[in-house]
Amino acid sequence: MSAGPATPPREQQRAMQSTGEVRAMAELPARAGIGLAGGVLPPLVALAIAAVVGDLLILSFGEAPSSVFRLLVEGTWGNAYGIGQVLYKATTLACTGLAFALAGRAGLFNVGAEGQLAAGGFGAALLGMMLPAGTPALIAVPLCLLAAMLAGAGVGAVPGALRAKFGASEVIVTIMLNFIVLAFLNWIVSSKLHVPETLHTPPIVAGMMPRFADSFAAFRGSAANFTIVFALLAAVVSWWYLFRTRSGYELRAVGLQPDAAEYGGVRVPRVRVVTMCLSGALAGLGGMNFVLGYKGYYEEGFAGGAGFLGIAVALVGRNHPFGILGAALLFATLSQGGLAVNAIVPKQLTDILTAVVILAVATAVPEVQKQLRAAAANVTAAFYRDAQKGVS
Amino acid sequence: MILLTFLLQTIRIAIPYLLAAAGGVMSERVGIIALGLEGMMLAGAFGAALGSYYGGNAWVGLAGALVAGAMVTAVLAVATLRYKANQVVVGVAINLLVVAVTRFYLRRIFDSASNSPRVPGFGGEGAGGMFASFVNPVVWMGLAALPVLAWVLYRTPFGLRARAVGEKPEAAATLGVAVTRLRLQGLLIAGSLASLGGAYLALDQHQFSDSMTAGRGFIALAAVIFGRWEPVRVAVACLLFAGAETLQIQLQGSQLIPSQFVEMIPYVLTIVALAGVVGRSVAPAALGKTE
Amino acid sequence: MTMSAATTPAIRMTGVVKTFGAVVANRDAFLDVAKGEIHALVGENGAGKSTLMRVLAGMYAPDAGTVLVNGKDVTGWKTQDAIAAGVGMVHQHFMLVPTLTVAENVILGLEPRKGMQVDLHRAVIEVESLCKRCGLHVNPNAKVADLSVGEAQRVEILKALYRGAKILILDEPTAVLSPPEVRDLWTVLRALKADGGTVVLITHKLDEVIAVSDTITVMRGGMTMSRFATEGTTARDIARAMVGRDVQLHLDAQDGANTWVASAFTESAAVPVLRVKNVSVMSDRGTRAVNALSFEIRPGEILGIAGVEGNGQTELLEAIAGLRAMQSGSVQLLAHDLGPRSVRERADLGLSHIPEDRHRRGLILDYSIAENLMLGRQHHFGSFGTLDTARIALNAAEQVQRFDIRPAMPSLSARALSGGNQQKIVIAREMGREFSVLLAAQPTRGVDVGAIEFIHAQLRAARDAGKGILLVSADLPEVLALSDRIAVMYGGRFVIILPAAQCTAEQLGPYMTGAAV
Repeated sequence: MSAGPATPPREQQRAMQSTGEVRAMAELPARAGIGLAGGVLPPLVALAIAAVVGDLLILSFGEAPSSVFRLLVEGTWGNAYGIGQVLYKATTLACTGLAFALAGRAGLFNVGAEGQLAAGGFGAALLGMMLPAGTPALIAVPLCLLAAMLAGAGVGAVPGALRAKFGASEVIVTIMLNFIVLAFLNWIVSSKLHVPETLHTPPIVAGMMPRFADSFAAFRGSAANFTIVFALLAAVVSWWYLFRTRSGYELRAVGLQPDAAEYGGVRVPRVRVVTMCLSGALAGLGGMNFVLGYKGYYEEGFAGGAGFLGIAVALVGRNHPFGILGAALLFATLSQGGLAVNAIVPKQLTDILTAVVILAVATAVPEVQKQLRAAAANVTAAFYRDAQKGVS
Repeated sequence: MILLTFLLQTIRIAIPYLLAAAGGVMSERVGIIALGLEGMMLAGAFGAALGSYYGGNAWVGLAGALVAGAMVTAVLAVATLRYKANQVVVGVAINLLVVAVTRFYLRRIFDSASNSPRVPGFGGEGAGGMFASFVNPVVWMGLAALPVLAWVLYRTPFGLRARAVGEKPEAAATLGVAVTRLRLQGLLIAGSLASLGGAYLALDQHQFSDSMTAGRGFIALAAVIFGRWEPVRVAVACLLFAGAETLQIQLQGSQLIPSQFVEMIPYVLTIVALAGVVGRSVAPAALGKTE
Repeated sequence: MTMSAATTPAIRMTGVVKTFGAVVANRDAFLDVAKGEIHALVGENGAGKSTLMRVLAGMYAPDAGTVLVNGKDVTGWKTQDAIAAGVGMVHQHFMLVPTLTVAENVILGLEPRKGMQVDLHRAVIEVESLCKRCGLHVNPNAKVADLSVGEAQRVEILKALYRGAKILILDEPTAVLSPPEVRDLWTVLRALKADGGTVVLITHKLDEVIAVSDTITVMRGGMTMSRFATEGTTARDIARAMVGRDVQLHLDAQDGANTWVASAFTESAAVPVLRVKNVSVMSDRGTRAVNALSFEIRPGEILGIAGVEGNGQTELLEAIAGLRAMQSGSVQLLAHDLGPRSVRERADLGLSHIPEDRHRRGLILDYSIAENLMLGRQHHFGSFGTLDTARIALNAAEQVQRFDIRPAMPSLSARALSGGNQQKIVIAREMGREFSVLLAAQPTRGVDVGAIEFIHAQLRAARDAGKGILLVSADLPEVLALSDRIAVMYGGRFVIILPAAQCTAEQLGPYMTGAAV
């Protein structure tokens, strides 16, 4: 095939090819298993730990774990209203989870999803208020969507630029920026925009997302709305961007080994800025869910920690867009489930479990990876041992 | 007189910042990111309320705060030191965990969603006039924390090792310094200081209320960074932030500057410091690197 | 002490085996060091010298074998035990805390105390007296971050001496030193010896061995090969023990030289493929690493750069590759001025680059073989910003076969491969495409013998196909074997450029150490 460079003596290595490679091929399924285990195992371990902790807490309250967990499941996945609420909450969490994961793939810690989410919601509300009444949804919704994402991206751009230009830790900048953004929005809403006696803006006049309940009566009362379509779309696009585009290839390279990325012609600072903007945009998209999908206005404190929970979602979803969708459902279930069990145990039970899951995954990931890496090294070592035997 | 009132109020507000920031300096100087300060403070506040409530005495409250702080520190230490979990994630999780746990037990123990019953604090209420707060030993601890920490860091063997561990742990390890043990000690000191900061809040207000630290742990963290991890500078940063807050309280109603903008001051200054606009803040080199 | 103490060796290591996963660093290594001598432990890169010494210093526990220090079995001891027993190690990469002062670094972990405090005053005095005793000059109150490399090394020695080290291990101490600093170091080591100390010096430089040691142990492939008394031993004897297959390499060098001579008559006519003019580059430390350097490479030529590491080779290659800004000067590839071009543009113009550190730059270890084979050329694998997975897979299958990368599984992560096969990925990516100039830095560092031969064959084939190659290697025999012309780099300049046919290691040595400028 290739006429060019010399190759080592072929016949000498036939032997090792036939033993070593056949064996390696045979081990391919084992390798795939290892890869899958690395992704799935930590969350499973974490869930098991959380279940135990949950049992103990419930027992400490003098209740039976089985009845509490039954109540939790019934109140979430047991009826259309519960499902609707879970889907509504999962929509926001999927967005903030994707935001954290995208940045994480580039080696950046976006702890600022909370502020970006709030900014996104405010952006959508502001545009929705300013549009002429009666603007068709086909125009108003994309415009509001754009406003939400732009607002989030704007907030995300700050830590990205400061990291790229000054090397300032994006962890600290995003945390500080959360407080700044929330205080700033608080000032605007309370001094310029709010409806008297409330903490929210006037309602939007265009761009409202249809609710599930409008089409399916069973969902009546739940906040589930079609913003979820955008969240699903965002996951698919994120996956495509990360794994099927050049920018995604470069983004992941920057996250894994910035020096190697630079060597590979990647403009590392630029990737960091762009990624933080995209990450902010994804978080901002989540703001649409509350503003356009549920209340129809921006309200003080609507983010309510969903930005921080995005970290948990991304962690359990293993920074993979489709894993994140699953993880968003899990945490949304826990959040809604807390309300369902509140009658017999405090709803904070599920908040505790959420934190326990994060801690457990965070500790299990490096541990499991260490074990799996050792296992993989053994497989490879066996391959080279066989190859050497073949030669001598 | 106005100045004196201003100063005294500033100090009162600064005490929890000073304590938590001292914890923050200790933690970051041994290489552990101090994102969990908020949770440690909140745990300390809850522990103090419980101790004071059951012990009938604020001193028992302090003991309770230290126990609660140590429990949080233990979780943090196991996750970051034993299992090398990512420090940022663990920090965020700790804060969520403590909020949830305190709420859970607030309801379990006091059957309330918002606050504990009144608990004993330090000193006679009303007596002592404007200097009343100085009866409170925690005030003195707060004032002493950062100067003492400066002495520990720059004058004692422990401090020398701590600075080495936060900067280049492998170098310290080759000289036989037990890096992980030293980090654990640093974390325990940090947890104790931060929980005392929380205890001050609960004992000063004679109750625990839901999420009563209200972001003070993050202001302390901002002070640590703005003060460039140097205890004395950090103390100045705490007083500066507290002063701004006092000013805002005293100017309330005058509408000179919206209160939200005063709230932003610590955070904006920290970002400015990180960006290096006026003298660069450089973190300990090994900060966050236990992975 | 008694008679027996004089005959008991300071160090006796026997049958030491140490493996790291699949890599065997030491197999049946032994070492005997008498008290009060300077003992050179020599061998090529990767011969297992550092590992053996780390076992001695308590950093690694051996898988098998015994370690005796002053007649006592200390096998498997810890760093602290070693320090307590008077064994100190000066690492190749300094273990210093840059934000602390010299005195603070020295006393760390063993602080003189005054009550609860560190007695810094006493620390400074003690450091000063240590300095005086051994002829080391360094200011105890200076911050380590502000020190020169030579001074930093002295601090490392001080650290060991402060802990009462009677046995001092130095790992490649001269790799980063200038010649005057090297001379100072020898003075210090001799003073230590006169003081009753024992020194083990890890090195792969023969002139040093001859200059300073009493006894020599040679290692190769993780094993101890032989032991000489320095007196009466020639560099040739040591070299033979060190390399073993050196003869083979020299034959190749002759071939290479012939090729060069054969093409010599076209040389003047050929237009240089790479023209470097007056290039100056700063190092990370802010010093001038490359100083107004000029040279040309013609098609079909390998220009080898010999020299002690840290004399600007890294910075020069990074500047040509576009990874480091030039202070002044110009680089021209064929007719293109590279100055304003990005890394990507340079690659597209036909510049290939095998970076010196494949784990940091050359590979993304968690990327698959296929993904690594497109690094730097990602924009050629799809249109409109997307990636064409079929094209990526095809490219990977081709290159894996053509460059014999094993296991031949493009989806496997690069991390899982052996060093040689990892390097083959880099070689495949950089040489398996159209290029006119190749920058090859340490192309065979840390790879097995089979892969070395393969890589050398690739480089020669590329040269014969008319490519211009700039080769940098710390392995002098490699430079001699492959190059058509050899430049010796010292202090950011080429001190000499010679046709390879006229070069021998003995002749280049003085230039590399700056002795003959």
